Order: sequence, then C-alpha cells, then structure tokens
Amino acid sequence: MTLLAPLDIAPAERPARRFCKRFLRHRLAVGSAALLALLALSALAAPLAAHLLGQDPNAADLLSRLLPASAMHPLGTDELGRDLLLRLLYGGRVSLAVGLAAALVAALIGTALGLIAGYFGGWLDAALMRLTDGVIALPLLPLLIVLAAVDLNKLGLPAGIANDESVSLYRMVAIIALVGWTTVARLVRGATLSLRERDFVRAAVATGAGPWRIMLVHILPNAVSPIVVATTLSVGNVILLESVLSFLGLGIQPPAASWGNMLTNAQELIWSAPLLAVYPGLLIFATVIAFNFLGDGLQDALDPRAD
Amino acid sequence: MTRYISARLVEAAGLLLVMSFAVYLLIGLMPGDPADIMIAADPRVTSADVARIKALYGLDQPLWARYVSWLGAALTGDFGNSRLHLRPVLEVMGPFLANSLLLMGASFVLSVIIALPAGIYAAVKPHSKLDHIINLLCFAGISLPAFWLALMLMMAFSVWLGWLPAGGIATPGGGGFLDRLAHLVLPVATLTLSSIGHYTRFVRAAMIETLRQDYIRTARAKGASPARVLWGHALRNALIPVVTILALSFGSLFSGALVTETMFAYPGMGKMIYDAIMGNDYNLALVGLLFATLVTLLGNLGADVAYVGLDPRIKLSTGEARR
Repeated sequence: MTLLAPLDIAPAERPARRFCKRFLRHRLAVGSAALLALLALSALAAPLAAHLLGQDPNAADLLSRLLPASAMHPLGTDELGRDLLLRLLYGGRVSLAVGLAAALVAALIGTALGLIAGYFGGWLDAALMRLTDGVIALPLLPLLIVLAAVDLNKLGLPAGIANDESVSLYRMVAIIALVGWTTVARLVRGATLSLRERDFVRAAVATGAGPWRIMLVHILPNAVSPIVVATTLSVGNVILLESVLSFLGLGIQPPAASWGNMLTNAQELIWSAPLLAVYPGLLIFATVIAFNFLGDGLQDALDPRAD
Repeated sequence: MTRYISARLVEAAGLLLVMSFAVYLLIGLMPGDPADIMIAADPRVTSADVARIKALYGLDQPLWARYVSWLGAALTGDFGNSRLHLRPVLEVMGPFLANSLLLMGASFVLSVIIALPAGIYAAVKPHSKLDHIINLLCFAGISLPAFWLALMLMMAFSVWLGWLPAGGIATPGGGGFLDRLAHLVLPVATLTLSSIGHYTRFVRAAMIETLRQDYIRTARAKGASPARVLWGHALRNALIPVVTILALSFGSLFSGALVTETMFAYPGMGKMIYDAIMGNDYNLALVGLLFATLVTLLGNLGADVAYVGLDPRIKLSTGEARR
C-alpha cells in the first residue's frame, strides 16, 4: 500500500532547460560559441596541418621570404619564410591556452579570497578587501611589463627551469592571474555576504557543518553564475593582455608563435607585406569579441531577475 | 567629510608605501643592475672597480637597506637621477606629463561627448535597431587590441593615404598649431575608440537602471513630458555612477595609454614609463609607476567625493563597504 503517492504538481521549468532556451535566444552568443569552437578545433589540429603541409612553423627558410599565397603556403609566408597559416594556428593554441588558463587560475584565486572574506567577515574581510582595492588601483600594464621582465634566475629558480623555452607561457599565466582575480573576488564576496544570511545556510550551521563545508557545499554552488560570467569575460581581457605583452617582446618568446608576437615586426613590413599585420590582429579581435559576446549571453541567460 | 578624506589619504599613502617597496623589489629582480650596465659600457673596468662602484652606489647592500635609503631620500623630495635623461626624475617627468595630459584630455572629452548621447539613446529605446548597432560597436571597441588598431590606423592614414603623420609629437624643425594637431589625431582616435565602448555601455546600463525607479514612474504619472522626465529627473541620477566610472578611469589613463603612446612614439607618461623599464632607468620607472598609482587613488577618492556632491542620499563613513 502506498501512503505517500507522488504529488502531482506541474513541474516548474527545469533550470538547465530554461538556461538553454534563454541562451539560444542570444544569437550573437550562440554564433560566438560556434566561432570559438571552430578556433579551438583548428588550434588543436595545428600539428595535423603542419604534418599535411610538411612544414615546421618555427623553422626559418630565408629563400622563401614573404611569398604570396600558394598551394604549399595557403596564406603565404612571413618575413622569415615561415608558413603564415601554420603560425596563425600555433599562435592560436598559445593565445587560447593562456587566455583560458590565466582566467581559470584568476577565478580560482578570486573565488577563494571572496568566499573567505565574505564568510568570515571582520578584520579578515577588511584586510582582503583593502588588498583588492590596492591591486585594482595599480597601473596594470606597466606592472605586468615589470613582472614579465623579472629575471627568473635572480628569483632563485634553478637555471634549468628559468631558462626553459616554455617558461614564458607559464609566466604569462602566472602574472596575469596574479593581478586578474579582483573582479571575481568582489563578486563572490558580495554573493557570500548575502547567502550567509539565508535560511538554508543558517540551517547548515545549526546542523553543525564546519565553515569550509558551508562555503564549498552550500554557498559556492549558489554563487556560480557570476563567477562563470566574469571568467568568460576575463578570457577576452587576458588574451588582449597576452597579445600586447608578446607584441612588446615580453610575452611568448620567438620562435614560438603567438598572435601578439607575430605583429612585433609587422610595423616595419607595412609597405612590403601589409597582410602580415592584418591576419593576427583580426584573429585576436575575433576571439576577444567572441568571448565578450559569450559572456554577455551567459549573463542574460543566467540572470535570475530576467523574466 | 574632512575626516573621511584625510582617512582615505592616509590609506592611499600606505598603499603607495607598499607599492613602492614591491616595485623596488621587482625592479631589483630585473636583468642587470646599474653597475653591470656601466661595466658593459666600458671594457677597461676591472673587478676592483666593480666592487668600488657597487660600494659607491650602495649596490653591495641588501635590497631592503637600499630601499630604506631610497625612501629616506624620497621623503625629502629627492627621487634620484634618471639614468636615460641624466637629470633629476621630477624634472624629467614634467614635459612627459604635459604631453600626456593633452592626449588624455582630448581623448577623454571626445569619448564622453560621444558616449553620453549614444548611451542615453540606447537606454531610452532599448532593443531598438540603433541600440543593437550601438551595442555591437561597443563590443567591437572593447575587443580591439589597441596596438593593432594603432597599426591599422597608421597603415590606412599615414602609409596609404598619406594624410596624417605616423608618429611623434611635431614635425622636427617646423610645425605650428596645425602640425601639433595633426600629430594628435591618430593617437587620440586610437585611445577614444578603445575606451568609448566601456563608457557607452556604462551610461546605457546606468540610465536603464534609473528609468526603472519608482520616482520616474511618479514623474510620468504626474504628467511630466518624456523630455522633462529624461533630462530633468533621470539624467542627473544616471550621471552619478557615470561620474564614478569616469573618475576611476582617469587614473588608469596615465599608464593605460602606454601602448598607444609607444606605437605612435608620442612622448607621454606611458611611453616614458615603458622606456624607463626597458632601459633599466630604475629611478624614473619607480617614480612613474608610483605617480600613476597616486593618480588612480586620487581618482577613486574624487569619485567618492563627487558621489556625495551629486547624491544627497549618500553619506560617507570610513571603513564601511564602499562599493
């Protein structure tokens, strides 16, 4: 015998479905997501393209400098005779990897600090928020330039690591994350402050849950939306920062390609090869605007206040 | 009010102190030190000379001791000499600052003149065709890499069309007012295009938020004309957050123009800081960075004070959450 028959109530629209419906209405965001997927796929396929074309994206070939487009070089070659398409693809790997990684690390730092500040309050909150205000007030780009120029040998890193080729990649991620966490920290702190007073959190406290459990299990899941939106929007910003640092010669070090360092020499080649200056910039622009539209679309779709 | 401002100023001074120490440390970690540079410039220098030079400049001291003596001198107004310009740094900074103010002021005024009407229009007619176009342009402006925009503008207007100079501040030797102006066009255009998107979106958001308020509905219900509601009731209130964001961004303008100034070889603060960092000109780089931070902090303070001036509902109190 059944004492408790399942209640026959028309279910409210499931959140996931509602989210999809609202996101799909945002055509620019959907298009951007598709574009980003395409860019990511082609970046992943870069080694395959290199294999098919039978070329090394980093090996200079001075006999075939600045060639026009041909079957062997679909977009022509650069000032050192390297295939432009391949370098764009490999550059995309760097830009996307740095953008995503730095944005994620920054989000992680920001979330942790925001949770701690908002939940514990008091002097800890005051100190962390002063720190946030301080970091926000710093002149971002010059500071990043100083950080990018710091000699890792002097920092006491073993020479093997400090002089490794791939270290410029990790360094970009680290320094951008180091200054990029403030937005998420403020958002999470704000969300935590209001969630802390809600009944379900008080109930959890009453049942004896510890502070870390409350923060991670009860508060964090309810603060995910602003984190996701802010992180998506920050990917675009990170890519812009990485490109400008690499452009100035302080980011990703040649011969490895990044969209920023591909433009370093473009200024001198404006007369002879203007397209060399156009492609990498267009790709940076397209990627950044796509992340911004995506973030905007996510914001609309996740906004609890909308309809 | 006075108490609030002085508390904030003390806070700013504290931050500057921390900042100066951090930057001093970081600069100490950059490749090469002043003595190495002198040695590299002159092959006759022996290791005994090196030790003497290092002792003379205090480079044999630990970093913190060097910082303390720098700070001691700085507090008496002596910020040392610039290595690149061979003159006291404050003296060096003057002309760069003036150039920056000109560039920033021009682009700031231009941005506000365009962003205010565009943002207000988009907010009054949300989801209209023009709103969508404005929104699209804003996103484009925000997403453009400034250095690439500068490159493209240079390519179009200096190389192909030959209308405008590609860089510098004036034609060497010649040049009157129009020549100065021509040199300003491309840098100002670059800066304006890359900041205007943020401003416009902010104006739009602030205006939409204001138009949702009850007192706007009340004004409409009283029979006030749409124009009266917009200009008399909404604008003043919508401008409060706008003023904040403008004051906040004014500080970052000093260093934010680094890329634009470097691209166009425009001798402003941003380029000065960049060249100082790249040229191991520690004293100049340090003071440039600290100055940029100071302007940002004063901008923040100005924003808060403007808030109180514009909105009688807001009262300042130290320590409480400020935004």
